[in-house]
Amino acid sequence: MKQADLFTTPLNQLCARMPELIDFFASFGLEVARNEADIDALLASLSATQTEHLGMTPTQFRIALQDYVAGVEALDMGQDRVHSIRILPGRDKSGHAEEFELELVPGQIVSIVGPTGSGKSRLLADIEWVAQGDTPTGRRILLNNAQPDAKWRFSTRHKLVAQLSQNMNFVMDLTVEEFIRVHGESRFVPELEQKIKQVLDLANSLAGEPFAATTQITALSGGQSRALMIADIAILSQSPVVLIDEIENAGIERKKALELLVQKEKIVLIATHDPILALLGEKRLVISNGGIKKVITTSAAERANLVELERMDRVLMQLRQRIRNGETLEQL
Amino acid sequence: MKFITVSGPPSSGKTAVILQVIKAMQQRNINVGVVKFDCLATDDDLLYARHGIPVRKGLAGPLCPDHYFVSNVEECLEWGLSQNFDVLISESAGLCNRCSPHIEGITSVCVIDNLSGIGTPKKIGPMLKTADVVVITKGDIVSQAEREVFASRVVQVNPSALTMHINGITGQGAYELSTVFFAAPETDTLQGLSLRYSMPAALCSYCLGEKRIGKEYQMGNVRKIQLGGVEEPKK
Repeated sequence: MKQADLFTTPLNQLCARMPELIDFFASFGLEVARNEADIDALLASLSATQTEHLGMTPTQFRIALQDYVAGVEALDMGQDRVHSIRILPGRDKSGHAEEFELELVPGQIVSIVGPTGSGKSRLLADIEWVAQGDTPTGRRILLNNAQPDAKWRFSTRHKLVAQLSQNMNFVMDLTVEEFIRVHGESRFVPELEQKIKQVLDLANSLAGEPFAATTQITALSGGQSRALMIADIAILSQSPVVLIDEIENAGIERKKALELLVQKEKIVLIATHDPILALLGEKRLVISNGGIKKVITTSAAERANLVELERMDRVLMQLRQRIRNGETLEQL
Repeated sequence: MKFITVSGPPSSGKTAVILQVIKAMQQRNINVGVVKFDCLATDDDLLYARHGIPVRKGLAGPLCPDHYFVSNVEECLEWGLSQNFDVLISESAGLCNRCSPHIEGITSVCVIDNLSGIGTPKKIGPMLKTADVVVITKGDIVSQAEREVFASRVVQVNPSALTMHINGITGQGAYELSTVFFAAPETDTLQGLSLRYSMPAALCSYCLGEKRIGKEYQMGNVRKIQLGGVEEPKK
């Protein structure tokens, strides 16, 4: 939209062209969907109370409107597909150069291991901030083998990394369906009704115990919450990278969840010390003293052992189910 | 010297964020000082001191904290200059959500947290709407979706700001924020600058110490609630 158009078009026409503007004006206490005046006429007609509600001067408001429209238009141009994230080596906390250059591609699962304080968060922060030699590690991140656009760093709508951790809880006072809708609307997702159903079905296929669209999200169990968070990230989140920070093996089918994210062409990073999760990755980055010290490719022998680990895991899950059912474990 | 004003609702994580940012700056031998503004009492100055950060505090007492801030900000800047800081950060609590210490030409930051609810960005006035940088905290304990929804609500009321997620506990994002702070312009005087938005208007009898309740005691700038349905009392 041309700047001149923005300020001279009647507001009702403006909102018809860009429905996102209805919410924008509403968040400043302004109802404009049927207003036939233009923005300057509106600003001039505000009462003292309405002006106070703006919380900014009319000049500041015009700039905000301009920037908001620019943001929505940038979104309409579509997300750039990230088909490669390249991490160029930096240095560890002692200043020693890292030896590994890494490439992450969609559909890949990579585990990140190392003790607390070893620099796992720093690596993630480097990716999130698309570091250009300007962080303590000196690492550089290339997207699609080129210098990344600044929007990846500065636009909230172009976040590289979506995160999921065991510590996360739902805090909104909404039902599952309302929650998915609010999220979809905030991202201007098309065909939202269909997407809501998809997220709900997927979440239920991952959760040990099913839940309804009318359940309050704050009332979901840990496993159900995690299942909903993953289904939501898979379908609604635009971030090409998903970081999973240790998910417990309770009430959620973790393997299926990871497969789902991989199918959705996400790059999945898992910070974990759980052997099953770690072996599900193609490789493991070993972090120590702030640097990537080693890259272990999951071997055939490890993959074979994964089968045994999963069998042990199933046994434990069955025992858990028996405890839930009120049975005794005198015989395993 | 670079001067940065940081504000935000109570308990949103301002002090934690500033401490993490300063830690990242100190690693690069950047000399930082803090002025902490509060109302009745604060121990945050001790917290800064414990981290070896030069700090001064100002308590507004019975005055509006933002009026107190703007009447003292020049003196604070002079203190910072006299200490040869590279960066001076002022921290003030935005208690009524209405006010803001943001000054034209001075990098201004608003800290709000994910736990405050998605309706909050709309409820915060110029403190959020006119900030250059919006820092969102406590993202590690809510879901990705809620983070995204919250951030989109922030963008809705302040599309011009740089919005960043900072973890005040682990410091994730703080290094990045410190580079934004350090990119602030050099400021050696506030002479001739003005606030980005007017401060809350006051001056009624209660400002002057009145304690009694009742119409006959209300004088000056008084505004009445509109409840509707209730018959206006006859004069």
